[in-house]
Amino acid sequence: MLRRWWANDLPLHIMVWVGLVFVLIFAYGPMVGLVIAFQKFVPTKGLFGSDWVGLDNFHYILSLPDTRQVIYNTVFISIMKLAAGLVAPLLTALLLNEIRLKAFKRTVQTIVYLPHFLSWVILSGILLDVLSPNFGLLNDFIAWLGFDRVFFLGNDHWFPFVLVGTDVWKEFGFGTIVYLAALTGINPALYEAAVIDGAGRWKQTINVTLPGIVPIVVLLMTLSLGNILNAGFDQVFNLYSPSVYSSGDILDTYVYRLGLVNFDFGVATAVGLFKSAVSLVLISGSYMMAYRFANYRIF
Amino acid sequence: MVEYNSVSRKLFIFVNYTALAVLALLCLLPIINVLAVSFSDSYYVSANLVKLWPKGFTLKSYHFVAETPEFLRSVWVALERLVLGSVVNMLLTIIVAYPLSKESSQFRFRTGYVWIFVFTILFSGGLVPTYIIVKDMHLLDSIWSLVLPGAVPVFNLILLLNFFRSLPKEMTEAAHIDGATHWQVLWSIVVPLSKPALATIGLFTMVGHWNEWFNGLIYMNRPEHYPLASYLQTVIVQRDIALTTDPIMLQQLAGLNNRSVKAAQIFLGSLPIFLVYPFLQRFFMSGIVLGSVKE
Repeated sequence: MLRRWWANDLPLHIMVWVGLVFVLIFAYGPMVGLVIAFQKFVPTKGLFGSDWVGLDNFHYILSLPDTRQVIYNTVFISIMKLAAGLVAPLLTALLLNEIRLKAFKRTVQTIVYLPHFLSWVILSGILLDVLSPNFGLLNDFIAWLGFDRVFFLGNDHWFPFVLVGTDVWKEFGFGTIVYLAALTGINPALYEAAVIDGAGRWKQTINVTLPGIVPIVVLLMTLSLGNILNAGFDQVFNLYSPSVYSSGDILDTYVYRLGLVNFDFGVATAVGLFKSAVSLVLISGSYMMAYRFANYRIF
Repeated sequence: MVEYNSVSRKLFIFVNYTALAVLALLCLLPIINVLAVSFSDSYYVSANLVKLWPKGFTLKSYHFVAETPEFLRSVWVALERLVLGSVVNMLLTIIVAYPLSKESSQFRFRTGYVWIFVFTILFSGGLVPTYIIVKDMHLLDSIWSLVLPGAVPVFNLILLLNFFRSLPKEMTEAAHIDGATHWQVLWSIVVPLSKPALATIGLFTMVGHWNEWFNGLIYMNRPEHYPLASYLQTVIVQRDIALTTDPIMLQQLAGLNNRSVKAAQIFLGSLPIFLVYPFLQRFFMSGIVLGSVKE
């Protein structure tokens, strides 16, 4: 028995611990640091030297008029992204699935995946140029059509929709892969049977293709529900400006400005804790639902 | 089979090809536009005459960028980070995924360990406490602040352990009977069998390190320690920062268009992605499906 432990279990434990050390320090360490949310944190006094203030930071947040707006923005933006992010790749996959010309199919796929691999810094640089009211390509086109130029990134009415649009633009090609994979998994016998029953391509799509990918759609939707408080820090941070804070500020950018710009550590951590706690509930809930209804397991 | 040659079918096919071509163009046009601007003479750029094809072709913007010391330094930091980060990530992912891919009957604590890792995806300390930990570890301003906090990429870890579990158990069992240790089994059997999965994860890891900008921004106090992505964030996105304060460069810059310089930086910043993209393409189909569609 001891021999088995020595030769089998111990090496395995050691291997796990090689990585576990980093996770304990850099992921679990900060969880201990969450106590700052209940303190009037002063960096020089340290984590356990600062004064405890109970729930004061949370009361303070709730008294700020910005907070409610920020929560609303976060949920609004991510729900729109969630819906658009499900529909756009699904439609693209359905259209691509009808293409018989291999070279065309592959070219389109290659091009639409590309933006996914570029960071929001690079894409923001591109979008700042393309969406510019003065010289941007899109506005030139809008003007050519005879409409007024729109200051997409500086107009707080347009900004959330710009976020959704550009997010779809970046990610729809990538999402298409998953649906295409699901489409190839549909049993060809079902199509043959439909053809014998006299179904045309349209009827086949409605009665065979769509029901065939409903499970994966439901699964992806369920899993993305857990991310409803993640409206996309990288994107918003690189595209927004003070003139669109009212409609574009999300929890993550809010925490950044409170914490690292205003040095309001306690309050920033309290907002972060709130977000993490709600996310934990949502993500666990969505994984449980995915497990129960789609038999999906993470590991 | 009348349907296949019907008018409506032909119309659909036509619309379908057109729609997909438009979608592809929508993804490509902004990139082409920026490229065209980067290669154009400042006169045409200022006059807003450059759309999708360079006018007055010139490499001036690229010369300017290539002579900016900050840019070159940040490329160096980015490469350093790419190598260090990818090696650390890959080694740790492989070494940790192996024991966690064992059955619970073979390694009793497996499930407990997996949960410890997975929990970090579900819940985190957030921005400020993480920053404080990195500061307390005296990692600020060091390249390790960009490598160590994310040393174990948990998503990749789960992907790889799932892949390891799909390998035939008979091979590792046979090796153990022949007296091989876990370490030997991992490196001489499991890893060679996992090349496609490792290639996918490896490419994603490298792209991730090249693109990551936020850590560099907050953990580096001195801009000369910024990796390229962070440097680009400050010069491309933070709109009112001056490109340079060096008088000679300012003089040079006077003959250039700010838009062209930014465009050149955007292109140079994404060049490695464009270069590895064809290889990425080949692998990622299997890689993504591996991670997203599971039973």
